[in-house]
Amino acid sequence: MDEYYLGLVLVPTLIGVLAAVSCALLGNFLVLRKQSLMGDAVSHVVLPGIVVAFIATGSMAVAPMLLGAAVAALISALLIELVRNLGKVEPGAAMGVVFTALFALGVVLLEQSDTRNVHFDVEHALYGNLESLVWLDGTGLSALFDSQALADLPPQLGRLAMATVVVVLFVVFFWRQLVVSTFDPVFAQASGVPVRFIGATLISLVAVVAVTAFEAVGAIITIAMLICPAAAARLMTNRLVPQLLWSVLFAIVSAVVGFWAAGSGMELIGSGFSVSAAGMIAAVSGIILGLCACIGPQRMGALA
Amino acid sequence: MNIHQSGSAALSVRGLSVAYGDKPALSSVEASFQQGRMSAIVGPNGAGKSTMLKASMGIIGTISGDARFFGRSLEEVRSRIAYVPQRASVDWDFPATVIDVVLMGLYRRLGPLNLIGRTQRNFATQCLEEVDMAALANRQIGQLSGGQQQRVFIARALAQKADLLLLDEPFAGVDAATEKTIITLLKKLVNEGGTAIAVHHDLSTVTAYFDDVLILNVRRIANGPVSKAFTEATLAEAYGGRLAQADPTVRAVI
Repeated sequence: MDEYYLGLVLVPTLIGVLAAVSCALLGNFLVLRKQSLMGDAVSHVVLPGIVVAFIATGSMAVAPMLLGAAVAALISALLIELVRNLGKVEPGAAMGVVFTALFALGVVLLEQSDTRNVHFDVEHALYGNLESLVWLDGTGLSALFDSQALADLPPQLGRLAMATVVVVLFVVFFWRQLVVSTFDPVFAQASGVPVRFIGATLISLVAVVAVTAFEAVGAIITIAMLICPAAAARLMTNRLVPQLLWSVLFAIVSAVVGFWAAGSGMELIGSGFSVSAAGMIAAVSGIILGLCACIGPQRMGALA
Repeated sequence: MNIHQSGSAALSVRGLSVAYGDKPALSSVEASFQQGRMSAIVGPNGAGKSTMLKASMGIIGTISGDARFFGRSLEEVRSRIAYVPQRASVDWDFPATVIDVVLMGLYRRLGPLNLIGRTQRNFATQCLEEVDMAALANRQIGQLSGGQQQRVFIARALAQKADLLLLDEPFAGVDAATEKTIITLLKKLVNEGGTAIAVHHDLSTVTAYFDDVLILNVRRIANGPVSKAFTEATLAEAYGGRLAQADPTVRAVI
């Protein structure tokens, strides 16, 4: 193990793992609520909000970006209603139109804005820049105890770690309310569970995770991780707790294998260049889903 | 019929109006359901039967009116009420076993963080025994028949230890054995002092199963003991000319 392994490989891998795990945990509930596309939609809608917040403040701080994302989400909800009522189209079509239009607006805004001072462009929005989130001072285990070196850790690591902790706390503390309002919302409401609050909190957390993960790993991983690990995990088990654990395992495997395959893996097969880590992580999660669909014990038609 | 004769009716609904968009679903409905009785809510499709239960429980919004349970507001007595939704309203592919679903009936009493232990599992199993489902406690819910799904829902309501059961179409799409099990159980609960109110669609069994009835078609047509309220005249008013084609068996009842 060379001295740069910790900083150049482990740190970006860990960032990928945190992004994947936080998305995957929430993704379980989106998949079970048949709201997977909400995750997709939220990840799209936040872009123009993030860009406007960036233009207004000139920084990549999380708070203004979340505010921008929230405003964008609100505007998108109003636009969807408008398109539905004026265009007399079904809700799915209205959503599809509004989300892609807003994402496109975000892309155009991003291209027009002055982002020379920071690394933030269209490519970044899609793929993130996982490979560059390195820790140059992390030259060995001793760096872990050196406060000066630790201060040089990529800030995305701390932000994503916090987002993951918030997601875990939410799932643990609201477990019963989440489960009952996901399985049987009418019963949940009759029993006094704040069903709308739980649903709104879930979607808000998806937005928080999308915004936090977005900057580090881009939209592709966020969307893939919200859906693939949870959908694959559902094919492995018929119990909810094991499903969550499987989804976390799949998220970790996707991030670790994907990051490795994008760099060292490509070298191994004789390719002279590496590929996007975010793209490779998303691809690995898709492969896992494909495998589970073929050989998972609980796939459709195999119920016994 | 004086529907406000008792201040301690299990459920008393006053001036309840609900609309879906521009379409009225319930129009100033007055109804009262006495304690210790089995009551049916009947009426044609779209009459607002389920809507009335949901609106009473605050599950859907109302335009006007209110519902009192045991003479109190819903919030004061929520834990005394068990609601059994329509079986078809949930996704039975959800990753859970039979006993997982029954244990949901304990969530409110347990609070968010108390762990489920042997006591709770034993109690849930007892509730399953009441509906002859204890042998299937660990089965994945996706593998149940319609009747078995309904029994699980009833067992979950039993686990809530409620004084009032609100059931939305409990006999819809279930086998004859399940229907018999459920009605026997409900009658037993009512004999022990409980109260059951069920949205019901089979007019031929109203007299056999229920003590009281609310006949509904957006507005209240009749409400009271089956012997008085469930007549050819009230049914004709609720179902209009469709009655003869809609349910030929009803002639045997009237």
